[in-house]
Amino acid sequence: MTLLSLQGVTRQFGGLVAVDAIDLDIAEGGVTAVIGPNGAGKTTLFNLISGFQRPNAGRIVFADEDITGRPPEAIAAAGLVRTFQLVQLFQNLSVLENIQVGCHLRTSGGFWSAVLRNRRTRRSEREVETRARELLGFVGLKAAAGAEASALAYGQQRLLEIARALAAQPKLLLLDEPAAGLSADESKRLSAAIRAIAQRGTTVLLIEHDMKLVMNTADTIAVLDFGRKIAEGPPTTVRENPAVIAAYLGVGHA
Amino acid sequence: MTNSPAIISRDRLRRGLAALPWAVACAMLAYAFIAGGYFVTIMSFAMIYVVFVIGLNVFMGLAGQVSFGHNAFAALSGYTSAVLTTTYYWDPIPAFVVGLGLALLVALVVGWPTLRLKGHYLAMATLAIGLIVYEITIQWQSVTQGYMGISGISPLGIAGYEIVSEREKLFALMIIVGILTLAATRLRASRFGRALAAIAGSEDAARALGIDVARYKLAAFLVSAACAALAGSLFVHVIEFVSPEVFGLNMVVLAFTMLYVGGIGTLGGPILGAVIVSLLPEIFRSSKDYQDLLYGAGLILLLIYAPKGLGALGNIIPHRGKA
Repeated sequence: MTLLSLQGVTRQFGGLVAVDAIDLDIAEGGVTAVIGPNGAGKTTLFNLISGFQRPNAGRIVFADEDITGRPPEAIAAAGLVRTFQLVQLFQNLSVLENIQVGCHLRTSGGFWSAVLRNRRTRRSEREVETRARELLGFVGLKAAAGAEASALAYGQQRLLEIARALAAQPKLLLLDEPAAGLSADESKRLSAAIRAIAQRGTTVLLIEHDMKLVMNTADTIAVLDFGRKIAEGPPTTVRENPAVIAAYLGVGHA
Repeated sequence: MTNSPAIISRDRLRRGLAALPWAVACAMLAYAFIAGGYFVTIMSFAMIYVVFVIGLNVFMGLAGQVSFGHNAFAALSGYTSAVLTTTYYWDPIPAFVVGLGLALLVALVVGWPTLRLKGHYLAMATLAIGLIVYEITIQWQSVTQGYMGISGISPLGIAGYEIVSEREKLFALMIIVGILTLAATRLRASRFGRALAAIAGSEDAARALGIDVARYKLAAFLVSAACAALAGSLFVHVIEFVSPEVFGLNMVVLAFTMLYVGGIGTLGGPILGAVIVSLLPEIFRSSKDYQDLLYGAGLILLLIYAPKGLGALGNIIPHRGKA
């Protein structure tokens, strides 16, 4: 079943067409990667899907709902949660609290429930904490629960951001260059974590430069160049596709 | 790491310094009850400001927004209380409820459009509303009696029992401060409070996790406006007098000073800040000509060496290895 479907999605900045009539279907389950050279429109595509930018044309359908032009918080509520290329942690909160914020969509309660703190609120808070600690265990950060988020090493911050997104229990997790700035070792652990997330039933869509990570992690790869999709398929076929090789080596665009 | 005596004494010093402002604040409040008189009024004044600053701390410290105009909400509610109780002989509590409603309505009208925008639009809008309400309190003489102000406002009262003595007033205010501090503590450790802190950290990340940023900002604005309104009504009933200057721009300056001195974003900050800052003019009074200079220099030193305020005074002593 198709979980996310892009139909002729286009975004222009002045005269520059950053994303040019892209059609892309992401099936439910597994890991899909979007790759392409710098400036190919990958990040713009992610911003369009997650609602941080509006497409000039085309439709975005997620879980049979048209989400085109909806604000990011509504898209997150529909079950599509993203991370950022430059890690966006809540530096003023502890590691545990960061994940608790991630549970926002899965809980309820506003000002009065906070101030009166009745039995229902207390129970919900306990559940949120248990769930947050579980997720910290999943990404191997259990020992850092009480630390300030800014005290973590960069690789750990990446993992925390992913765990925080998972706390929202998304149907589709969007990872924007999750391996950027990671060591080879950290990158390997990240790859294992992404596979584990997919195995637990969350569909993953990632943008990535790290080819090794993509080839080892993704089930399907879509290749963008100059805002267009030039190839799509499993890693083995994409790797041998002449158009992809040309795009990466700079042939044919002179 | 070895536990050399130097480290132990350093830790002790840190803890001692952290506890010092609390000891001073508690001692001052206790002294007010014993000594009575003028000092009780100073501490009552401080407690009213704690109410105001607790609200400001939710909006600025927790949610990371800026407002220069919360004095407007104190003025709206304070004047409503004053006019309804003196001219129309209402009881203080229903008069306060009307004042609170008016303040929240104005907060909604100002906050709704401006909080949807990123940047400093709200700060500018609040500055404007503060000045507008100030002008109204001066110009609308038939109701507010202009610069003259309204005197002879009835003291606080609940169900026929009036709180008349200065000590009783201070005690009642301390109970209100206690309740509000508890509420702020619970707020901070809740879904609502975390959402506000998330907005302060990264609006984009908060939205990506499904937090309706505009709505939460507005909610924080209303909560802080309600505290300001309560402070305004408490002021007119405790001091039993109101004039435009009471809720002028200097109220904002004073509240900001208290917020930063006490420690913005900390739960105890409003209490520490309000008590200590209210004492400063009394301490520096003896040095007449240099009063403002000493006051200013003290604030600058504090902001340089303890930017998180008096609540984090212990951080002046660096941890070993981090020095």
